[in-house]
Amino acid sequence: MFEKLKKHQFLFEELVKRDFKKKYKRTVLGMAWSVLSPLLTLLVMSLVFTQFFGRNMAHYTTYLFCGNLIFSYFNEATSQGMSSLMGNAGIFSKVNVPKYLFLFSKNVQTLINFGLTLIVFFVFCILDNITFTWKIVLLIYPIALLVLFNIGVGLILSALYVFFRDIQYLWSVFTQLLMYMSAIFYTIDGYSQTVQNIFLLNPVYLFIRYFRKIVIETTIPTPAFHLLMLADVVIVLGLGCFMYKKYNHRFLYYV
Amino acid sequence: MSILELKDVSIRYMTGDFKDIGLKEYVMRRIKKNYKVKEFWADRDISFALEKGDMLGIIGTNGAGKSTLLKAISGIMEPTKGWVHREGTIAALLELGSGFDGDLTVRENTYLRGAMLGYTRKFMDETYGQIIEFAELREFEDRPFKQLSSGMKSRLAFSIASLVEPDILILDEVLSVGDGAFRKKSEAKMKEIISGGATTILVSHSLGQIRQMCSKILWLDKGRQVEFGSDVSGICDIYAEFLEKR
Repeated sequence: MFEKLKKHQFLFEELVKRDFKKKYKRTVLGMAWSVLSPLLTLLVMSLVFTQFFGRNMAHYTTYLFCGNLIFSYFNEATSQGMSSLMGNAGIFSKVNVPKYLFLFSKNVQTLINFGLTLIVFFVFCILDNITFTWKIVLLIYPIALLVLFNIGVGLILSALYVFFRDIQYLWSVFTQLLMYMSAIFYTIDGYSQTVQNIFLLNPVYLFIRYFRKIVIETTIPTPAFHLLMLADVVIVLGLGCFMYKKYNHRFLYYV
Repeated sequence: MSILELKDVSIRYMTGDFKDIGLKEYVMRRIKKNYKVKEFWADRDISFALEKGDMLGIIGTNGAGKSTLLKAISGIMEPTKGWVHREGTIAALLELGSGFDGDLTVRENTYLRGAMLGYTRKFMDETYGQIIEFAELREFEDRPFKQLSSGMKSRLAFSIASLVEPDILILDEVLSVGDGAFRKKSEAKMKEIISGGATTILVSHSLGQIRQMCSKILWLDKGRQVEFGSDVSGICDIYAEFLEKR
């Protein structure tokens, strides 16, 4: 696969460039907008929810931002990744290229967006009087896993989308529900231990939790927590690769 | 040693109204046992071999399995039965207009297409000027692709593709593009490529073109191989007769 990537490096670069240009429509404002829009969400959320949940909580804005940052990256990467294969049907039905390139290129795009928002996030942390420790370096772990997780989900979704076009709507409903289940703007401390454990089944929540632990509580999650995240990623990525491998030639019948 | 060899290649194709149904409908139909997928053989037991420098013309009516066969040759599809053996690089120019992006400029599209065909960036940098010159699109370089006329689009596609120096070149209805002047130019270019030693496969509905250019001919009908041989004009005559009778 590595060799293949090298062989198709030029194509990959051109695809990334294309997605980039199309997304931002060649304007600086286009790029600013993609950072601005999560910030506006954050603003509204913090205005609304500080009254409900944040009154007795230190660093509530940062708490909220952690959730928002992770979730909007996940949401963007997966919903946009979903159409990446179908959107390039004109290419892969005519030329023999590895089909995952299209998804990867979309993911590079969303990763850049995430990176920009991440910078804004750190600026916010400083404004919120968060003291950074060396542990901040550990954030590389959840970020790297999240990238892989998003690719995995994207592989699954983009394959399914070729077969069932209404996945799009089902997925947007699902992400909506997932958003409420990810404790973005509330804490789960009030729930019983059993319910709290159920939250751990949500991979997106794990990533958010990791961020909060490091940034706000400055504690390192347990090794078991690390393994749980890794397991989620391996399962999802494995399933995605399997689907692409299995249906590689079948996609053609559906486009 | 043949540069391209097909042995008993059969390809099963699926059709049916499964394409645009969603998950909900799929589940409903499964429950009602109303889910039907029609499978048919787009190609059956095709065998032939080409040597270096051959130019093969493929003829046949619509739905004869020509395009599917080309997909198998270029590796986009796998044959359900049989095997395809290729030596060296292969470049397929199937239906030229597709795969371009309307929002990108002509220049960007040229690079993207070049990348799809497997060129390197260095190669594109070196030959870009030549491509644009050949396509006669110098003054359109930075225009969005969607502003071009369809003739211009196929001219560009042909120009990019004709630079390729593959061992096997596949052309699906490619030469019938552009106005008379460009067609002459493109045919000359094709001859140049073929004389350079590339093995070429050409699908065309123009028997004149096939008679003129091809050294071998394959006639497909409803997925079956009717004739294959180097008696191009003989087979063309029989095919023309066959078309008359229908």
